[in-house]
Amino acid sequence: MNDFVQSLRLWCAPQRIREEGDTPDYRFSLANERTFLAWIRTALALIGGGFAVDQFLPELVWGVRAGLALALLAAGVLCALRAVNHWVRCERAMRRGEDLPVSRFPTLLSLAVAVVAVAMVVVVLFGWEGR
Amino acid sequence: MTAAERDPGLQPERTRLAWRRTTLSCTVVALLAGKQALHGGATPAGVVALSLSVLAWLGFLRVANRRVQGMGTSRPQPMEVRAALLAAAFTVALAVFAAAMLF
Repeated sequence: MNDFVQSLRLWCAPQRIREEGDTPDYRFSLANERTFLAWIRTALALIGGGFAVDQFLPELVWGVRAGLALALLAAGVLCALRAVNHWVRCERAMRRGEDLPVSRFPTLLSLAVAVVAVAMVVVVLFGWEGR
Repeated sequence: MTAAERDPGLQPERTRLAWRRTTLSCTVVALLAGKQALHGGATPAGVVALSLSVLAWLGFLRVANRRVQGMGTSRPQPMEVRAALLAAAFTVALAVFAAAMLF
């Protein structure tokens, strides 16, 4: 909880991050930035998947199609927000010389993607073609 | 950049390419948004959502371009918090307009 409040304060006053600790080797900052970008690409891919479900499964019932698409879009939003939060926390940990933060998010995201994938296989194989 | 200060891991180059890949992903999403809004007849709401998506795409390109320009030195500064927030905000905006187009 304390961590969350600190993150929030950082978001509101970004220059604070520069006041803490020492500037790390620029290569570490760039590696952190590339990790951030990889998460943003994951978010964009999930959003693209949301569009794809809606556009390429036209024979599905509207409710199922919209539900799957919304689930993927919501996962994309979470992924983008988490990307910033994780980047800020890693940057701060590097400046303070602390351990990098650990996170349950990758597990949760992979489980969510697996559930959506299984749902799509079931839906495509066994129909629910109606409308 | 002289030979003495060359980074053996080519980190700025790799980061620049990571930004390029990300803008390409963003472009694919914007194109899918265009297809979504225009196939089956353009409704006024769809056109509004598409215009806003294009604005978010342009904003993302601008953030990426500024960052890539800043990567030209041999010792680049760390990314600004503002740039990270803007990139994530434009991504979230694309998702929100995509959800709006579903209905």
